Amino acid sequence: MPVDIPDVSIEDELRTQISAVAASGAEIEIIGGGSKRFYGESIEALPIDVSAHSGIVDYDPAELVITLRAGCKLAEVEALLTEQRQMFGFEPPRFGADSTIGGMVASGLAGPRRAYAGSIRDFVLGVKLLDGRGQVLQFGGRVIKNVAGFDVSRLMVGALGTLGIILEVSIRVVPLFETELTLAYEHESADQHIRWVNELGSEPYPITASLWHDGRSQLRLSGSEQGVRHAAALLGGDSIEAGWVEVKEQQLDFFDSAEPLSRVSLPPATPDLLPGNPQLIEWGGARRWLCGEVDVAALRDQLAGASGSLCAFRRHAADVPRFHPLSAEMLKLQRNIKSSFDPAGIFNRGKLYPGL
Amino acid sequence: MSQTRRQQLAARFREFLPSESVVDQPTSLAAYECDGLSAYREQPLLVLLPGDVSQVQQIMRLCHEQRLPVVSRGAGTSLSGGALPHAEGVVLSLAKMNRILQVDQLSRSAVVEPGVRNLAISEAVKSRGLYYAPDPSSQIACSIGGNVAENAGGVHCLKYGLTLHNILALKVVGADGEIFEIDQRALHNDGYDLLPLLVGSEGMLGIVVEVTVKLLPIPRCARVVMGVFDSVEKAGDSVAAIIAEGIIPAGVEMMDNPAIRAAEDFVHANYPVDAEAILICELDGTEEEVLAQIELVEQVLKNGGAVETRLAKDEAERLLFWSGRKAAFPAVGRISPDYYCIDGTIPRKSLAAVLAGVRQLSEQYGLPVANVFHAGDGNLHPLILYDANNEGELEKTEELGSKILQLCIHHGGTITGEHGVGVEKLGEMCIQFSEAERNQFHALRECFDPLKILNPGKAIPTLARCAEHNAMHVHDGKLPFPELERF
Repeated sequence: MPVDIPDVSIEDELRTQISAVAASGAEIEIIGGGSKRFYGESIEALPIDVSAHSGIVDYDPAELVITLRAGCKLAEVEALLTEQRQMFGFEPPRFGADSTIGGMVASGLAGPRRAYAGSIRDFVLGVKLLDGRGQVLQFGGRVIKNVAGFDVSRLMVGALGTLGIILEVSIRVVPLFETELTLAYEHESADQHIRWVNELGSEPYPITASLWHDGRSQLRLSGSEQGVRHAAALLGGDSIEAGWVEVKEQQLDFFDSAEPLSRVSLPPATPDLLPGNPQLIEWGGARRWLCGEVDVAALRDQLAGASGSLCAFRRHAADVPRFHPLSAEMLKLQRNIKSSFDPAGIFNRGKLYPGL
Repeated sequence: MSQTRRQQLAARFREFLPSESVVDQPTSLAAYECDGLSAYREQPLLVLLPGDVSQVQQIMRLCHEQRLPVVSRGAGTSLSGGALPHAEGVVLSLAKMNRILQVDQLSRSAVVEPGVRNLAISEAVKSRGLYYAPDPSSQIACSIGGNVAENAGGVHCLKYGLTLHNILALKVVGADGEIFEIDQRALHNDGYDLLPLLVGSEGMLGIVVEVTVKLLPIPRCARVVMGVFDSVEKAGDSVAAIIAEGIIPAGVEMMDNPAIRAAEDFVHANYPVDAEAILICELDGTEEEVLAQIELVEQVLKNGGAVETRLAKDEAERLLFWSGRKAAFPAVGRISPDYYCIDGTIPRKSLAAVLAGVRQLSEQYGLPVANVFHAGDGNLHPLILYDANNEGELEKTEELGSKILQLCIHHGGTITGEHGVGVEKLGEMCIQFSEAERNQFHALRECFDPLKILNPGKAIPTLARCAEHNAMHVHDGKLPFPELERF
């Protein structure tokens, strides 16, 4: 069935609305599909729904670029890409049926393939943005190579809407793989997995995802039939049914808990710093989910010494800062950057850090 | 600026730098007057050659105190004048900071100083089966610090990305001399992602003093096929057809007839000199994968109307196929006293229309143009042939270049794909970006450098500059391409 994405622009309405808000001194919370609203600090502000701003601005599969209004539903866009045998390389989680392209970019959250294909940041080519003065600005473009001006479009990825309302975004897409295969291995300790999966990285295997949990490692291979079959023969292991959607969407039993969920980020080859804690390790060791009560402040200190960080991802107590603290100088720089886009601080203020 | 001022400042810098690290003799300064865009020249007050991070910090503190403009410089291969000195400022050369500090096999990364040459990284890790992917044409000479400043590309970008995609962390000395770090070795950082702002910022946001690069396993196998075409349109469409097959080539390069002829005369790569266009398509990966796909690509080229296809039978022939493309610039340099390289990017589907436009402009200006094209990613390099000794010909060439870039914008492209804005494309920036967008760039710059001492006058045009540019280029009250819809 052909995908039917609504074609509606509310750019003018949003412009008028933002100009009025800016004049009144109010603060707003930008809402798309609401699926990732849990991510970041809770804020008290006037919600503005931007999800009606929808439509495909441009998509020519041969150019490997799609330009979308930010309110497009991620599920529908992915269905459209699949029709053309293409996809988003970074395997974005939806976390809900209504998740939008704008929310995907603003949250910067990516799935299992991120460690092997790149982040959303790596694939964003351009944005159209509504800033805190009610101005529409465009940065980047619809071409893969572009070094004209500072790369502002990619700065929007992970900024959680604190710099402005994303109106449109151009994203590079990639071809679907001919085939995929998942292999499983027994690795009792996290350290065994971390060492093994990083050693594999020095060989040109077509790996597109890795996972360790509860004594078991998984690898996903993707590519041409011949390439995947050949690599699988070299790598051994047991071929199993893939469950990568459940990993991406956090639907595994591991995530189904009343306990706080923390996201620990570390340089991938770092040995296990949390032995004995229930962990699920992705991205070749760079992303380690930790389920359970932890002393967040103490753990953050420990991780900082290993070039790591901790995000209080879900179900943490309200007084736990969601994101890893920045140095005073870095916080000041980032506040200045926010002010340059949003001088009155109207957009999602405090969503990332105090004042940010 | 008086010689006395120069001497006074040199003495201040020699308080903490070895004497030979402060260049103040006009004869020695001459070597730094220009970068790869030699049409622009300026003598700096001083050239400083720090040997370590703390010296860079001390230099920046003094420049900050004195409000001295600082132009950082790597190997000086910029094609846009990014490292053009400031007459009242210093050139901060990172050439002495050229050590590979650490290679980490397990995490496939290397920590290097900014003066390390691009190719030297791959050479240093080759024995470990790894390499650094971005390969700008100047990779023998250009430095990683310069690559970061320009977000350098290369022929393998479509598959392996630009410099940005291959950097994991940066250590930066800010305009005030303080260090800040952007560390994404964990594939993530909380807060704003400043890496894309810094990469490609043309030395205006800080001095990069340490770079952590991503290393990749060397592909086991690389094969090349050449398609020979009697029209550039068919060649361009064939690239789209390859991509429609779900194949991302490691590189796809196109050359038009004048470029083919120049290259063939120079390196004798056995190129078909009567062809209107050739495509060189390289695939890499595992042997099984490459062998299956190269046959498919050859078939796609035939279906796309290639009058001939040639599959390189061995590594020697693969390198021969590439030799002509890699020598395209010097080859054009042999047939013309001077050439001027343009760096626009366009959506691939506009190739035929843009090339037709370029041909028309070339005839109008009476200056021949040869085209080489990174066909996979839409990055077009028209090479304008001219003779700088002819009165007014450089100016005419620059005007033609500007017209070509405006044509790229008109077709939804951009004025620079990989060479940067520098001093060269300030005028075109006024066309590509609105006043509000340019103001945003200036505001971002001031977040990092409130005194505006880092590479002033480059990359982002001032309001005054754009007012002047637009006054010059508005004819009959109309901007060129008034219908222009900017992407």
